[in-house]
Amino acid sequence: MDHQHTHNSSPRDLQMARSMCWHCQSEMSGEYFCDRCVKVQPVSKELDYFTCLGIPRRLTIDQHQLETKFYELSRAFHPDFYQNKSVSEQTISLANSAMLNTAYRTLRDPIQRAEYLLDLEAGAVKDIRTSPPADLFEEILELQDTLDEYRAADRASSTAATLCVKLQAERATLERRQQVMEAALQELFAQWDALQDRGEATSQTRSERDRILKHMRDILSNRTYVKNIVNDLVATIS
Amino acid sequence: MTMARIVGIDLGTTNSLVAYMDRGAPRVIAGRNERNMVPSVVAMTDNGFIVGDPAKEHLTRNPERTVYSVKRFMGKSLADVQSEIAYFPYTLTEQGGVIRFKLGEKTYSPPQISAMILKELKLRAETHLGESITKAVITVPAYFNDSQRQATKDAGMIAGLEVLRIINEPTAASLAYGLQEKTQGTIAVYDLGGGTFDISILKLKNGIFEVLATNGDTHLGGDDFDRLIADLLITEVHERHGLDLHAYPDHMQAVRLAAERAKIRLSDVPETTVMLDLPDGKGRFTRELTRDQLESLTTGLIERTLAPCRKALKDAELTAEHIDEVVLVGGSTRMPLVRQRVQELFGKTPHCELNPDEVVALGAAVQADILSGGTTDMLLLDVTPLSLGIETMGGVMSSVIRRNTTIPAGAKEMFTTYVDGQTGVDIHILQGERELAKDNRSLARFRLKVPPLPAGVPRIEVTFLIDANGILNVLAKDMRTGQSQSIEVKPSYGLSDSEVEQMIEDSFKFAGDDVSARKLIEARLDAGALITATEKTLLEGGHLIASDDSAATRTALAVLSAAKDGTDPRAIRASMAELEQAAKPLTVALLNDSLTKGLQGKKVSEVT
Repeated sequence: MDHQHTHNSSPRDLQMARSMCWHCQSEMSGEYFCDRCVKVQPVSKELDYFTCLGIPRRLTIDQHQLETKFYELSRAFHPDFYQNKSVSEQTISLANSAMLNTAYRTLRDPIQRAEYLLDLEAGAVKDIRTSPPADLFEEILELQDTLDEYRAADRASSTAATLCVKLQAERATLERRQQVMEAALQELFAQWDALQDRGEATSQTRSERDRILKHMRDILSNRTYVKNIVNDLVATIS
Repeated sequence: MTMARIVGIDLGTTNSLVAYMDRGAPRVIAGRNERNMVPSVVAMTDNGFIVGDPAKEHLTRNPERTVYSVKRFMGKSLADVQSEIAYFPYTLTEQGGVIRFKLGEKTYSPPQISAMILKELKLRAETHLGESITKAVITVPAYFNDSQRQATKDAGMIAGLEVLRIINEPTAASLAYGLQEKTQGTIAVYDLGGGTFDISILKLKNGIFEVLATNGDTHLGGDDFDRLIADLLITEVHERHGLDLHAYPDHMQAVRLAAERAKIRLSDVPETTVMLDLPDGKGRFTRELTRDQLESLTTGLIERTLAPCRKALKDAELTAEHIDEVVLVGGSTRMPLVRQRVQELFGKTPHCELNPDEVVALGAAVQADILSGGTTDMLLLDVTPLSLGIETMGGVMSSVIRRNTTIPAGAKEMFTTYVDGQTGVDIHILQGERELAKDNRSLARFRLKVPPLPAGVPRIEVTFLIDANGILNVLAKDMRTGQSQSIEVKPSYGLSDSEVEQMIEDSFKFAGDDVSARKLIEARLDAGALITATEKTLLEGGHLIASDDSAATRTALAVLSAAKDGTDPRAIRASMAELEQAAKPLTVALLNDSLTKGLQGKKVSEVT
């Protein structure tokens, strides 16, 4: 078993790692609060968002469960409830709340969730450069020209009107393409989750795992690219 | 552990209120005059500053030294308000990016003026509750940026209040409604006040108030409606009488107040008469104004509120059909056309069960109760209204925390150097949604200290943390040494810490003198108003009462006039009470008389 996998199968290990309460120095066993002195504890930097929000590391998630846990932890961490407490506790409350909000925002959105999981599993998600889908390369170059022409044209002219029709058609094409990519992503998410559920760690599953991650990364990068183009297009013609 | 009491304050453009939690229900504290609202007006008189209703009288008497709508200037530079300076009678200057009002020999920052209003509210609460008040929750428009929030916090400090939380007005309103109705579902809060407009979309579930998106315009409110009416009147006075009222600051204020009154009136009746006394004894200007005319005049402004509503819905990833309830907040939502347009947009009859003038203060009291540990079943999860970013190469803004992110919100950015031996990195923090740095609001600049090393080697991690007040905190850490460094953030449009400290000191220095001086001024003003009113009533209704009563009233009038010239506020108050007693037969007679006249020509069925 590789280290990565150990980490996956028992995410609680990290949290339960021997650490001490910042306040009473007793050994910590509680989740976010010291069992002995009941003081709030800083959320460990190593704790991933899935673990923090108490949901399995999967790409298809139970939104309701996620929200319930988010509300529960908000009640535990929010600065509103630390007004009477010490400065240290207020500082922890602020940091934990900020972290919790980031975790929730990331996991709530399927695309951000997938990007985050990629980062956890394969690392360096920031290296994902948005890139155009290879087969759309020519089309996108042409679209950029049309956009430039449209921006330069007099809005009231017939040229602009013709260009606008053309751009609307392009927009429809790209949006369809975006939907296709999102469907493909859904499919990959399901494959990933199925693989995780099997929980095997053979060389075959490992290569399958790498294939899914790579494929996901490619589509995510293409999708972001197409999405940016569509946004640009919409902003220009509206 | 129970804390000292925390009050909730709505520091409004036109009016301000203070509320507290009274055995589980929020309650607004009324003043001596039985009124819940303190007009947000501060006047400088020869005997010191006065606030609220008495100050309002100075708007026409002493326009150059009477500040109203100070909220419009909070966290602003002179350049920001250039387009509307002409509308204000007072002289504005600027010092270190902060506007100053020139009143007499001295200048005052917007937080100092706001602090005077806050002190008035503080005093009101202390008088009512019989205890010292030092902690408060203050509301701000949801769309206020960091500088405007910070300025509000500074105002609290100058007033001797620890501001435990800055809370957004529409969300405060939702707390008041939530407490009342135990609502669940998705609600839209449409808040059109005296100077600002906000829209917030919230999800209410099991006591959690989660803001999904907010939008607005911090320069759109009742003031702007009044201005359009005033402009119309000024033009007509010019056409009819050849008089340019711009040359008469006192009359400009009278026009503004007449416009405001007409607007308020037209929410209840379809037509009203506007009357203006003209300067230089040129007589009187009279004009009928209909609701239709008002609506065609202001429809553009109302339309301007709809775009932010649509943007907020889009950001919340919802459409109008998803909204279960719509809540109206702010005095301007009393206008029928506003209600109609909001109803059309959301397809729902909006709620307005709670007084739109008071609901924000009530909500602030609820939040105060949450902070003091009184209420634990409700929790507000608010968002930051504007994206926070830093200026990068080429003057582009790079977003660090996106708008509508739930607060507290944090983000980390890594910085390094471009040149060998470089010892500092300049960071410029911005707020806004535009692409280019120059089009966004500059919040602050600071310089990161870096050890001299080859280019690209230093690694400084900067944490941007927006707290629950929506105010930014910045921390930096050298990743190589693990050492944190404190950052001196210089606000672009705010008071520095030492300036605020100086203002707090000044405010304490004059506090003692102020209180007694103010009591005298207020007593004199009230006495003056009572004398004028009684004289007028005597003129109108003297024939209705017995000559004994009439004589007694005249004697009491003379006694009060003498007391008013003295320096003892208690003597003045006592004489006022005597006059009121003496004039009772007169007021009763007049009331009966007017009732009879008012009812003439009406059928019995219309009366009962």
